[in-house]
Amino acid sequence: MKAQRVVWGETLAEIASTDPTLVVLDGDLATSTRADIVADKQPDAFIEVGIAEQNMVGMAFGMSTLGYRPWLSTFGVFLTHRAIDQIRMLVSQTKAPVRIAAAYSGLLNGSSGKTHQDIEDFAIMRAMPNMTVIAPADEYEAASVIRWAAEHPGPVYIRFARDAVTPVFPEDHVFEVAKPVAVRNGSDVTLISTGVQTSRTLDAANILAEAGIEAQVIHLATLKPLDDAALLSLIGNQENVVTVEDHSRIGGLGGLVAELLSERGGTRLTRIGLEDRWSESAPNEFLLEKYGLSAERVAESVKASLLITAR
Amino acid sequence: MTAVDHRSHDHVELDTLARRARWHIVNTVATSKAGHIGGPLSAADLLTALYFRQLRIDPTNPSNPDRDRFILSKGHCAIGLYSVLALRGYFPEEELATFDHGDSRLQGHPDMLLTPGVDASTGSLGQGLSAGAGMALAAKRLEKDFHTWVMVGDGEIEEGMIWETVISAPRFRLDNLTLIIDLNGLQQYGWPRGEGDRFDRSEPMGHVDLEAVFRGFGWQTLSIDGHDWEEILTAYATANERRGVAGTPTVIIANTAKGHGISFTRGTYKWHNGIATTEELELAHSELIAELLLEGNDR
Repeated sequence: MKAQRVVWGETLAEIASTDPTLVVLDGDLATSTRADIVADKQPDAFIEVGIAEQNMVGMAFGMSTLGYRPWLSTFGVFLTHRAIDQIRMLVSQTKAPVRIAAAYSGLLNGSSGKTHQDIEDFAIMRAMPNMTVIAPADEYEAASVIRWAAEHPGPVYIRFARDAVTPVFPEDHVFEVAKPVAVRNGSDVTLISTGVQTSRTLDAANILAEAGIEAQVIHLATLKPLDDAALLSLIGNQENVVTVEDHSRIGGLGGLVAELLSERGGTRLTRIGLEDRWSESAPNEFLLEKYGLSAERVAESVKASLLITAR
Repeated sequence: MTAVDHRSHDHVELDTLARRARWHIVNTVATSKAGHIGGPLSAADLLTALYFRQLRIDPTNPSNPDRDRFILSKGHCAIGLYSVLALRGYFPEEELATFDHGDSRLQGHPDMLLTPGVDASTGSLGQGLSAGAGMALAAKRLEKDFHTWVMVGDGEIEEGMIWETVISAPRFRLDNLTLIIDLNGLQQYGWPRGEGDRFDRSEPMGHVDLEAVFRGFGWQTLSIDGHDWEEILTAYATANERRGVAGTPTVIIANTAKGHGISFTRGTYKWHNGIATTEELELAHSELIAELLLEGNDR
């Protein structure tokens, strides 16, 4: 198993070896985000900007007007929060080909706690016009997403996780933008997940199977743009849908699916995610358990949702 | 009237253009009933000199990759930029009448996707310098010999982001980047007038030794009268000549007056924005254009 950040550094270094438009702007976190791999292997593609994320976004925009396609290297929280105004005006509103690589996203970030846990990024970035929002499931999808994003003409937001997860996809998996993918079949309930949470959601489906509940698991790597028809087709006439995400229950994947399903009706949606409160610093297992995102806790929540009588 | 022998022909021409730009500013804002007055007027001479004497640009080819870049970081002064762009030939002067209207190319704040000649979208203050630094850095890497100019206001540099770029630009040795500070002495509201203040409210940077600050950060500094053609043109030429030589960026601290050029707007914070009445427009016209016609007849 490899962490997405390592895949990110390695893949960018590889692309940079043939693509002179690729540059990485780092906010003094290269050894964490693993942009240091680019600095080692392709030093000309690496630009240290220092602890100044707003300036980093502005400079990336400026460089993009001359044909560069810059990647940003820092923790997601310092992009979607600290530099959001710069992303909004200089990147989203201008359609600049800046790649917002949000490292250490979500709840699990090496025990850094609530200051560094970006659990609102989907809600913010999804509402931003012109923005493509992607959360790859594992190391293999991450590699494919990075290659796709490197060629994309507009802004891209990619949520990367700090730590490796059990892969969901085979090594040769090819990411298709906007396309939801069914990674497990089952007719009792449909679980929709995104990012590295999909790996834990698959584990939850296996726990449910032991209890005789067969869950379909849909992985949504792209939150925007989304092939709505493809997602609705995968859900089919399933009445019980559960979203699972390493994000606030407000405005993220659950919000997205709720918006979509509200237009058709007939489906009961349960949104599993982080409650409307801040978390804390602790080891991953503790956080997943306490905040309800471990495979076991997700399985329990799904079971509970199925006990509630349908309307 | 006596002949204008104390000014060169070049300066008379610039003066004429700046007067027309100022008239466009006050008249367009009055017509559209939206937009700013004080900041565009204080910057009018700096913008006129830049676009008519300094920038290597071609209005018929606004996306020429080798053109000099200009970013109006104080984007709320868009009408000042649009007026000069129109005079310079980027679009017809008549189009100014669409400013701030629906479906117009001339948005309330500059939009690089809509307006020919606008190199960066601005409006949220403090961001233009970093955009310019990115352009200047890209130019260095691509060995392109153009110069990037950025204009900020003295109120605008209260924004913290400005200083992130002020710290980092010398590290990147961006001698192809020049920051023009339109030090017009007023912001929208600010603080009550204090000792030493020039106008009816406190000067945003009145308590700051900007030259010392920028020198401390490793910038080359030039302080000028931002309404004196000779000083403006000399400063522009000096900054431009440092490209590829100096190793550090240049800041031009241009002492100007908010609302400059029209008697009733000069040095008055309430004219940050405002809609001139018919009488005020007549007065502005007589000061800017009628006087120009008189002088023109005299020559």
